Amino acid sequence: MGHGVNGVKVSQIPLVDYLELGDAPHLVAQECMSCAARYFDRRNACAGCFGTEFRSVSVGTEGTLRSFTIVAHAAPGVPTPFVAGVVDVDGTSVTSNIINTPPDPEHVRLGMKVRLATHVVGTDSEGTDAIGFGFEPVEGD
Amino acid sequence: MAADDIWILGIRMTKFGKHPDRDTIDLAAEATMAALADGGVTMGDMGILAFGNLRGPSTGQMLQKQVGQTGIPVFNVANACATGATALRTAIMAIKAGECDMGLAVGVEKLAGAGLLSGNAATSDDNVYEPSGRQGAVAALDGRIGTVTMPGVFAQVGMEYLYNHDYTGAEFELFARISQKNHAHSTLNPLAAYTMEMSLEQIMGDVMIAYPNTRSMCSANCDGAAAAVVVSGEKLRTLSAEQQARAIKVRASVLTSDPWQEACQVLPDVNTLTRAAAKQAYEAAGIGPEDLDLVELHDCFATAELVHYDNLGLCEPGGAVDLFESGATNRNGSMPVNVSGGLESKGHPIAATGIANVWEVCHHLRGEAGGRQIEGARMGLAHVIGLGSACGVHILESASV
Repeated sequence: MGHGVNGVKVSQIPLVDYLELGDAPHLVAQECMSCAARYFDRRNACAGCFGTEFRSVSVGTEGTLRSFTIVAHAAPGVPTPFVAGVVDVDGTSVTSNIINTPPDPEHVRLGMKVRLATHVVGTDSEGTDAIGFGFEPVEGD
Repeated sequence: MAADDIWILGIRMTKFGKHPDRDTIDLAAEATMAALADGGVTMGDMGILAFGNLRGPSTGQMLQKQVGQTGIPVFNVANACATGATALRTAIMAIKAGECDMGLAVGVEKLAGAGLLSGNAATSDDNVYEPSGRQGAVAALDGRIGTVTMPGVFAQVGMEYLYNHDYTGAEFELFARISQKNHAHSTLNPLAAYTMEMSLEQIMGDVMIAYPNTRSMCSANCDGAAAAVVVSGEKLRTLSAEQQARAIKVRASVLTSDPWQEACQVLPDVNTLTRAAAKQAYEAAGIGPEDLDLVELHDCFATAELVHYDNLGLCEPGGAVDLFESGATNRNGSMPVNVSGGLESKGHPIAATGIANVWEVCHHLRGEAGGRQIEGARMGLAHVIGLGSACGVHILESASV
């Protein structure tokens, strides 16, 4: 929740439930208590070791771009071009768009350092903003 | 009695391409009749039918009504792009189990003009945000958190390989040259959907789909079918000398799924299960990759071909780029890959693919491949990947009964 102009409340909702908003937005994973495998959705048992106990853990906000594609042709209604990639955050792989940089191979490079950033992806009829996330290049990299 | 050796007795693919006037049953029936004739047998000899048509609408029972209803068990199988290989594996398993001594595997698809095969169903955002689904999404995620389109997924598969192996060259051109090789191969294949040689400039200048894959670096959506008759060695030894002479031995038939790996939840892992399938297949066949005379692998996108050089053990670990740059995977090289033109030009009618690639290998092993014959081919490997994931590997040999 935030406050807009004239103190009118502007409500927010994360695009997905594994994005935690607030002063320091970050992603939250479900971590297997036995082998530390991490998931961004629910599992009945760990796909790696079959353990059945999980805990919520915060995922870091800086990482390395391990792979990407620049999607030029997508389903109707999906704006293009956009960069989709896999970010290695201290051993946890995250799928994300790469944002706040031109979507071309001169600006998006394998191995570049990136960090989490949030942005408004839409507003519903009640004025609630959906907040999504992406990873943006770390300046100076 | 369980069979310890399995053979391809008859096999055939239809012309891949546009068949606007024919439905999936017409195409499946054409491949079936041709495969039966190739093997010198009829539907009356079949003890099992395994049938794949991933996107419908046909079933094995519908095919039977077109070519012969005998009451045999029908297995309608679905395993993404590995559906054809799964049908073949199913028929082989039935014979191995001793349930029958001859079986038929068929795959068919009509895909001409289908466009993107994933991500087509963009849902409009709700009027009032309400979390739903496994990730509590309040709006459509495709394009907002990564991509689910196949060209985009497999682009990342190829790019990840380059990252893991510290490639510093021109990535776009590298992948485009792989596509150039396969398009050049296709000019010799009259059954390919596209048989046009393409220059590097044409490929790189084609419509960009998902960098670094342009349109001509993507598998071609098309119509087609393929069918195979498999037989136990014991039964084959009772057949004619001519049937025995053209039969191709199945040295290995392997199907795997993807074991858990870190990151497999965010980017499908097409590597680990292919490596596992290849290892099992080489062990079952008692051979190594150096014994192969040709390979048909799943180049659903140019970016995929590169990683499977490594996954199938065609090069030293990490050496896929070097293998390609050496020219070894050209049809005149030491390890010809996708001499059919591959999925990028031969086409990829999904459920037909995993039998059509076996047909291509058999065609060479029988010495019947005409202008594109790999001379003296004795041993070949056919590989498919279905995303999600399933991997089929078959090793085939020209052998005496």
